[in-house]
Amino acid sequence: MAYPRADTGSPTGSRATGAATGTKIILSGSDLQRVVDRIAHQILEKTSGATGTVLLGIPTRGVPLARRLASRIHAFEGIDIPVGALDITLYRDDLRLHATRALGKTDIPGDGLDGRRVILVDDVLFSGRTVRAALDALSDVGRPSSVQLAVLVDRGHRELPIRADYVGKNIPTALAEKVKVSLAETDDGVDEVKLYGGAA
Amino acid sequence: MIKHLRSAADLDADTATLILDTAAEMAALAGREVKKLPTLRGRTVVNLFYEDSTRTRISFEAAAKRLSADVINFSAKGSSVSKGESLKDTALTLQAMGADAVVIRHPASGAPHRLASWVDGSVINAGDGTHEHPTQALLDAYTMRSRLGRIDGLKVAIVGDVLHSRVARSNVLLLTTLGAQVTLVGPPTLIPIDVAAALSPGTKVSYDLDSVLPATDVVMMLRVQTERMQDSYFPSAREYSRRYGLDAPRMRKLPEHAIVMHPGPMNRGMEIAPEVADSSRSTIVEQVANGVSARMAVLYLLLGGKA
Repeated sequence: MAYPRADTGSPTGSRATGAATGTKIILSGSDLQRVVDRIAHQILEKTSGATGTVLLGIPTRGVPLARRLASRIHAFEGIDIPVGALDITLYRDDLRLHATRALGKTDIPGDGLDGRRVILVDDVLFSGRTVRAALDALSDVGRPSSVQLAVLVDRGHRELPIRADYVGKNIPTALAEKVKVSLAETDDGVDEVKLYGGAA
Repeated sequence: MIKHLRSAADLDADTATLILDTAAEMAALAGREVKKLPTLRGRTVVNLFYEDSTRTRISFEAAAKRLSADVINFSAKGSSVSKGESLKDTALTLQAMGADAVVIRHPASGAPHRLASWVDGSVINAGDGTHEHPTQALLDAYTMRSRLGRIDGLKVAIVGDVLHSRVARSNVLLLTTLGAQVTLVGPPTLIPIDVAAALSPGTKVSYDLDSVLPATDVVMMLRVQTERMQDSYFPSAREYSRRYGLDAPRMRKLPEHAIVMHPGPMNRGMEIAPEVADSSRSTIVEQVANGVSARMAVLYLLLGGKA
């Protein structure tokens, strides 16, 4: 079983819009900004002001997303919440199916996670296996009081009983389609979410 | 990724850097409450040790266990080797038991290369005769990078019994691959003729420690391996120590930022004075801790993916 991640694979569809096999832009740069703003508001609302909260991004694109959320929360409420990164490579269940992967950076904020509310941040929620791995990784790092999940895009096709607490956009997709998230920090200054590939 | 780690020459600059980067992530584990990763669950690592070893064997064992691999320790003493079993027959036994990796230390140079042709799993050289000890070179490189921030352009002096030192050989190969400038220092009897040309052309040789020290970023002291010496290579231990031992006055000739390394075990008072070994410039204890991280990185990169 593959371990689908939005950032794997290379675009095969043409850029032409309208064609069934073409690329469709799901979120433009300004849409993406609004979606991040909304998630930041929802976090503040659902966690009563985000006290005792830590944002942990899952590399690669979860990390800049977590930073953006923290900076929006700072802009709205003037509070600084700790941001870190949690690499899940060593906890994957498909390591033996692929060539060895290079590790991402794990960076746990100084005060640790014990007794805090941890919000995992990732770009795309698909099979749920990445989140499963992240939960395993978390339990080795500390003991949060609760764990929540924020994703930019939920594209369905879950293989595990996992759901997100904060969803930027739900996109109904076919399995063969691919979702590509680009963020300015990691993708040459481009902010957008695209859907491409799939059957005609 | 490569399949075996038999020589530091197996590693190009990109692969070596990947191992060091991975080791840096593994090092973060040491500060955690749960020092364990599920990554190599169900894999078997055999430690095949034909020579005595404290830190290398324990280090490999800790590294494999932190990655959740099953570890089988084999030492020649107390095994069928003392009944005359050959390396090949032992290898075939391990093969039949399904070892995913064999970590081998052997008194004969080249033993890991032979072993690799008999077993399906990965072979990791943990020291073969006077030939190589690649994971030691990796942990040394990692220590230099974490202390000094880089390896490229560093001036490294490797001092002492180069002739018998597998640590020196692996370090010269790896460090030059990573862009350091290595100088081998020692009495002429303990530096093989043409060693620099044979290992890597940019390497320098000097017989005068005092003239090398002022322009050195890293000084790596080697143990005088009396157990491998059948001839007298220097008149007396005292004379060796006078000319090539690192004592406090000599250490003061080093630049302010320079570090002192030793692969251990040390002969205190012979190649290194106790006050040097215990000084803040010494990385000797750090090297041991870094050894576990470097070996975890090697095990993960060799065994973690698709076989």
